[in-house]
Amino acid sequence: MDVRLLDAEPTTAERAAVDAFLGPPLSTWVGADRADDGHAAHGGHSARAERHQLLPTLHALHERVGWISPGALNYIARRLTIPPADVYGVTTFYALFSLEPRAPRVLHVCNDAVCRCCAGSDSLVATLAEQIGPQGQEVGGVTWLESPCLGQCDRAPAALVVESGESPREVELASVTADGLLAVMDGQTPAPPPTAIPPQAGQPGLALLKRIGVADPESLDDYRAHGGYEALRRAFELGPDGVIEEMVESKLVGRGGAAFPTGRKWDAVARQPRRPHYMICNADESEPGTFKDRAIMEGDPFSLIESMTIAAYASGCERGYIYIRGEYPLAQRRLERAVEQARARGLLGDDILSRGVRFDIELRKGAGAYICGEETALFASVEGYRGEPRNKPPFPVDRGLFGKPTVVNNVETLVNVLPIVLKGGAAFARIGTERSTGPKLFCVCGAMQRPGTYEVPFGTTLRELLELAGGVAAGSKLRAVLLGGAAGSFITPDELELALTFEDARAAGTTLGSGVVLAVDERVDLPELLAAIAAFFRDESCGQCVPCRVGTVRQEEALARLRSGRTRGSVQDELALIAEIGEAMRDASICGLGQTASSAIESAMARLNVFNRGVSA
Amino acid sequence: MTELPMAPVKPPARLISVTIDGQQVEVPEGSTILDACNQLGIDTPTLCYGDTLAPANACRICVVELEGARTLIPACARKVEPDMVIHTDSERVRHSRKMVIEFLASSVDLSITPVAQDYLRRYDGRPERYGPPAPADPERDHKRTGHHEPPDGQTAATVHSPAKLDNDLYVRDYSKCILCYKCVDACGEQYQNTFAITVAGRGFDARISTEYANPLPESACVYCGNCIAVCPTGALMFRSEHDLRDAAAWDESRQTQTDTICPYCGVGCNLTLHVQDNQIVKVTSPDDHDITRGNLCIKGRFGFQHVNPQPRAPL
Repeated sequence: MDVRLLDAEPTTAERAAVDAFLGPPLSTWVGADRADDGHAAHGGHSARAERHQLLPTLHALHERVGWISPGALNYIARRLTIPPADVYGVTTFYALFSLEPRAPRVLHVCNDAVCRCCAGSDSLVATLAEQIGPQGQEVGGVTWLESPCLGQCDRAPAALVVESGESPREVELASVTADGLLAVMDGQTPAPPPTAIPPQAGQPGLALLKRIGVADPESLDDYRAHGGYEALRRAFELGPDGVIEEMVESKLVGRGGAAFPTGRKWDAVARQPRRPHYMICNADESEPGTFKDRAIMEGDPFSLIESMTIAAYASGCERGYIYIRGEYPLAQRRLERAVEQARARGLLGDDILSRGVRFDIELRKGAGAYICGEETALFASVEGYRGEPRNKPPFPVDRGLFGKPTVVNNVETLVNVLPIVLKGGAAFARIGTERSTGPKLFCVCGAMQRPGTYEVPFGTTLRELLELAGGVAAGSKLRAVLLGGAAGSFITPDELELALTFEDARAAGTTLGSGVVLAVDERVDLPELLAAIAAFFRDESCGQCVPCRVGTVRQEEALARLRSGRTRGSVQDELALIAEIGEAMRDASICGLGQTASSAIESAMARLNVFNRGVSA
Repeated sequence: MTELPMAPVKPPARLISVTIDGQQVEVPEGSTILDACNQLGIDTPTLCYGDTLAPANACRICVVELEGARTLIPACARKVEPDMVIHTDSERVRHSRKMVIEFLASSVDLSITPVAQDYLRRYDGRPERYGPPAPADPERDHKRTGHHEPPDGQTAATVHSPAKLDNDLYVRDYSKCILCYKCVDACGEQYQNTFAITVAGRGFDARISTEYANPLPESACVYCGNCIAVCPTGALMFRSEHDLRDAAAWDESRQTQTDTICPYCGVGCNLTLHVQDNQIVKVTSPDDHDITRGNLCIKGRFGFQHVNPQPRAPL
């Protein structure tokens, strides 16, 4: 033991929670009794190599006792040979962990862009504050907290109940009312709503959503009965090089926002002589307005497992991780079950389908940090460090997880692999347009008749997509569409003929981003929506680089002045200042979060003329 | 003196040719853009960079424009690649540098950061345009991650918080902290391997902290003071310097610097004694010393009180 520990001991429950996850300590090096290890403490490098267990261990502890006490933190430090200060630094990085005693039942109420500005969650929050008390205050074993986007924007307003204890429980709530929330505060736990089924479910011609709402997401047999695992068999026939050829020919590009060619990424990793290679599925979608990956993980989890297996086979990875955001308990349970079933049936493990292919998947839960969806931050988070991004180069295909060549693909990107392998890259490339091939998922939300996850081929116009979703809600008029999410940009009703492709979006000065199509009608308080977006980026900045750490704060302050009308200088001065802040964040931030933190806000100023019209709260 | 055995000589590094502000320069492979700028005599602003530590690449004031790159890139961390074409004084570069120094000057106390006023002048920074600074927040160590009170924008948020005077040797005044990560790196794996401090929290609420913000005497700190040695802003400071500054008696123009060898053990670290009015007020070690690289232990750094003339105890 060579780290200096605190003079604080864990409670029996805390020790048990950590030991239940890590196993009992076997050496005094990591906290065993002297008598138990035969006076031969061992640890050193092998103990320190367990650092990547830090985040799951913190989860195990938090689920059991509801907060991270000094004694418990100290015990984790001892078990994993991590200095207590480092454990503290990592723990305080995540919004879902508490370092102060917290009630065993926590009600997280989404008060982010869509819930607040389109579904009135601010009045829910006001009701709770009035009738229960300020957030964070414990009342009879329950407390409530405001939450960033919970990824249920198609069923806003949303909430999440987290219960710690011997049988921890997490329940997602959708379309909540004030009475429903007060009932939770009163001790009742309502039944979760039925799984969100995309409005197109069951329609012919779907490629990515075809099994959702049709096949049982908890049954491997049902998955196979609906065409599951045919693609993996086909992939084995093609061989790794053949799969990559099809991928390149399909011209599939990443759906997480950066639009990098997936085949080239796999190929780059496959060619790396350094081993092992890692496969990561980025399931940390946390951007306000985004929920398409959740639809897949909850509705068709096996398709993700199968796609990852094909990706790993092609690029030579034997170990895969699904990094899923902490606020998606149902998706986590479904994926865990799917992985277990696949493993039990020889579809994961040391000898997949008796073909000598080795691949297994571990699920890693985030803990409330949007930044961990940035791939280099994701690596740091899995490795047990603070989720801070780093500069690229080196790129993940060269130095990724644990410094090894790594494939990182978004959930939606991965499930495109199945039709590509089954029908061929050339057939896939014929869907959509020349440069944006295949189907695309969009998260249609806001003031719409039928919000939800929609699948359309690239090239569909925005107007067609909105019509597919039933058009704008009755009795209101479309004022703008936020395309691409909080990091995307606003477009006006005059631009609805925009073809939804990467190239058309770019030419129109916007982006498809994470696939958000947030319809804003005349009833939405646009300045408030901008304030919500600014607050989101300020809260989610990792704090590492100055342009983003301070820029997001100064941006939010300037917006607050514009909203209240108490500007420094003229409105024009404030708008110019916001543009200056935006330029520095875009140019000088380390990662995509800072680089896009002003995008939606600046586009609203430029295209919607928000504050020049004299609109303010 | 007999020659010490030398490490095997490495083959000379390949030279890489890059163009900076229209001038071509060749630097050894593995050099950074900052190295190349230095070779050309181009003065590049830095804050989080320290020549004895790996680049933290956090402040972003050294950004330069690389032709073909979408964003600006940090000169301190980015290695040169053949035929890079770099601009260090373009409109974009000047703008981002101005904003970085404005952002810091409007949120952090840079009153004793030697280069801050230079950079503000050089890039025409006007930190006052963000409004009057918000007052110190005694609760800064206990901010809930991912939450903040909506601002009204009438004051500019700051990192100001009460200075921490919890031991006799040094003071931590995080109102002056630009979060350059250097103290954490020096305390941790780059030098001391003590790991007493970390970056805690997130975003604007990120701060340097011990576990649970415990006072230093309860932490793993061994008082080597190597964090003080790398701190660029005076957030970490000898107690002796802090007390003199408090009494308005700190005067570097009256100080002498004397190099000597630490007498405590046989390692032979170089010490630089900073003396004012015949009192040692601070001890450093030269950054370019090939043994210490600016680092010392508690004895070399702080074990000087017995040398200073003491007030004679009454008989």
